[in-house]
Amino acid sequence: MKAFAELLDRLSYTAGRNAKLTLMADYFRAAPDPDRGYALAALTGRLDFATAKPAMIRGLVEQRVDPVLFGWSYDYVGDMAETVALIWPQRPGANRPPELAEVVERLSTASRSDSPALVEGWLDALDATGRWAFLKLITGGLRVGVSARLAKTALAKLGDVSLEEIEEVWHGVTPPFTEVFAWLEGRAPMPQIDLRRAFRPLMLANPLDEADLEKLDAGHYRAEWKWDGIRVQLAAGGGEARLFSRSGDEITQAFPDLMETARFDAVLDGELLVMRDGEIAPFNDLQQRLNRKRVTAKMLESYPAHLRVYDILFHGDDDLREQAFDDRRVRLEAWHAETGPARIDLSPMLDFARWEDLAALRETARERAIEGLMLKRGDSPYVAGRPKGPWFKWKRDALTLDTVLMYAQRGHGKRSSLYSDYTFGAWRSGEHGEPELVPVGKAYSGFTDEELLRLDKWVRANTTERFGPVRAVKPGLVLEVAFDAVHRSKRHKSGVAMRFPRIHRIRWEKPIEEADRLPTLEKLIEG
Amino acid sequence: MSAPKPETWLKVTERGLYCVPGGFYVDPHRPVERAVVTHGHADHARPGNRAVLATPETLAIMQRRYGDEAGEALEPLAYGETRDIGGVTLSFLPAGHVLGSAQAVLEWKGCRIIVSGDYKRRADPTCAPFEVMPCDVFITEATFGLPVFRHPPDAEEVEKLLTAQQQFPERAVLVGAYSLGKAQRVIALLRKAGYDRPLYIHGALQGLCDLYRDLGVDLGELKPATGASKADLAGQIVLAPPSALNDRWSRRLPDPLTAMASGWMRVRARAKQRGAELPLILSDHADWYELVQTLEDVGAPEVWVTHGNEEALVHYASGKGIRARALALIGRGEEEQEGGAAEEERKEETREAAP
Repeated sequence: MKAFAELLDRLSYTAGRNAKLTLMADYFRAAPDPDRGYALAALTGRLDFATAKPAMIRGLVEQRVDPVLFGWSYDYVGDMAETVALIWPQRPGANRPPELAEVVERLSTASRSDSPALVEGWLDALDATGRWAFLKLITGGLRVGVSARLAKTALAKLGDVSLEEIEEVWHGVTPPFTEVFAWLEGRAPMPQIDLRRAFRPLMLANPLDEADLEKLDAGHYRAEWKWDGIRVQLAAGGGEARLFSRSGDEITQAFPDLMETARFDAVLDGELLVMRDGEIAPFNDLQQRLNRKRVTAKMLESYPAHLRVYDILFHGDDDLREQAFDDRRVRLEAWHAETGPARIDLSPMLDFARWEDLAALRETARERAIEGLMLKRGDSPYVAGRPKGPWFKWKRDALTLDTVLMYAQRGHGKRSSLYSDYTFGAWRSGEHGEPELVPVGKAYSGFTDEELLRLDKWVRANTTERFGPVRAVKPGLVLEVAFDAVHRSKRHKSGVAMRFPRIHRIRWEKPIEEADRLPTLEKLIEG
Repeated sequence: MSAPKPETWLKVTERGLYCVPGGFYVDPHRPVERAVVTHGHADHARPGNRAVLATPETLAIMQRRYGDEAGEALEPLAYGETRDIGGVTLSFLPAGHVLGSAQAVLEWKGCRIIVSGDYKRRADPTCAPFEVMPCDVFITEATFGLPVFRHPPDAEEVEKLLTAQQQFPERAVLVGAYSLGKAQRVIALLRKAGYDRPLYIHGALQGLCDLYRDLGVDLGELKPATGASKADLAGQIVLAPPSALNDRWSRRLPDPLTAMASGWMRVRARAKQRGAELPLILSDHADWYELVQTLEDVGAPEVWVTHGNEEALVHYASGKGIRARALALIGRGEEEQEGGAAEEERKEETREAAP
């Protein structure tokens, strides 16, 4: 538990991706089985035991600590689990600190009435960092800034394997994953798993550089719309079906409406959308269905899920991934005609002879509420990862808006000495008709290193107030921001939220009075 | 004859704690005729007093920081020596806080009051350990006066630092540490842990590190960080005052891994606010358990609590049958507070920070 607690502690303070990978890989190398396997399960959200309720933990601590001092401490620290971890009266040598495996295995078999005594005994035996990690573990949700995909990337560093290979076996293996570690350390072959209903890593597209178009032969490529949903894989067979996000996280539970129609034997690649009366709903509607553990009947009715399929990886026992795209498309259409599942349709192929035809279609993407185009070589096999050449995404042009810099925040890691995250605003009429700025977004990319230094200098010279890592600046700099879309948002003061905002140009010379107004942005809302 | 009531001869005034029969202030907030100074941190030792009575080490620190402003008449008083001032017997006991730090022991007409200044109880290779003396009134700080503050063993924190240094050989580990006391302690702890490579220091730390050495504290090989190339600094440990951590100064370092050495690092929100990637819980102040232990050790029937979380310690002491009250002293505790050092220290630190 000590090594795992130290890992979580370090991860929680580490912003850099590479540093996180180093921390995890070093831990996986040093920790023994089965501890490291359970740590991996915790980091990837694959531990399965009834989580402890904060009220139970609070009850335990209140038997041990003066309630007045506890109250003041909680006010100061601001987090219940952390307060308990810090204030728990230490009993050195009371018990042997538990190993992670012991905690996981005993909690997963303990009855609800047994668990308070178990928890209490472990709290006595651990130190403050150990108690903090332990409480995070048992109350669910580590929140140390590590995605399942990042943890798997660190795991891949252990052996000479790719992330795709890890993902290939991932849904066929279970905690504590000892056979996976044995394989990565060269002590055993790759685990043999039932490939049916397992996640297969996706084939990804590269952004198209328009200058490259003339080097490409239009006759070799097929085109489809790039739908504005999320990429998923649906793996069905043997009476069961699973839905995976593009990073391989299982999201089956959140989409019962789609999954109940998946009574076939195939692995499909497609776009998850919300569809009402044959019309695709805005991305914002789909977001209502994402990241939810439970779905209500009302949600199913208001935001019905739909899958628009563009590829087939397996049909029955046939692995089609080595076949050409054109051949897979024939199989896909035949499968769909024969199966005809509800809530699932095919992404149509677009007719074109020359690139100019496609360019004209792309111009209509925004009015159709579509993100752009996909180009796929007709002879391309389905290759996991992002191979250069066979598939391209050709997004519609971004929207832009002239905004005024309002706040700047210090970055992390390499950027910790630089004000690199910018909140910008648009003009609107205040209470008495006077112009006022309201924040409309935040961006931390799109500028060069030299521009960043100049922006940082500007921020320091124009600071009006400081709040921790944030500085408010005197309105005086116009930032032209680019973004993919804008939608309504109740969480933002301006009532709108941008998708993928980034700095497009810094308008050093432009007077702030000429920046855009909020109604201009509101007009760009789709749907 | 019964002893005089303590609050009749030691009073809280606008300038600080005033000893009426002795006619002197302890750690005055504003310039006075005669000051007794417990230690060299800027929130206790201020410039501009006429006569200053302190340990020889504290006087040396004040001279290093303030030059002629340290005081017109500097009167050294070593630990254990006594001085009579207007019938009040004054002596100093080690406080274990930083080099030269002292508890001021005041005795008058059979009543003994100890003004402990800032203190800690654990061993520190750079200063003499806290000494316990029974007294009638004990005046204590309460910087970490909540039971969530339990500083872990120093060796564990130094181990964390050394692990990070080995784990990221391409980066510099940048340790933020206050220029008086903390920086030298971190250095001495690293040496104690067997780290014998040169340590790189920010220019603002040089003067006090030199002084510590002159006063007999071994710090091993120190090199200026300014002027060293990025390649030189990869895989090295660099120390700087906290104000330089996220400042432009740190850009000269290769992908710095920012560590911050402070007792506040115990609380995650505070550590994150500081931008620390490696919080090191190293404090020169007593944690809650040391505060409580000290009240028990000195056995004073009356305790006055100065800066920090006074109310929690007062609540605790009252529960133990001790007469306890909070003293509102102005301008105290800044040196461990968010935002960095007190004003004087800030000036000193930024001297090099300017490009």
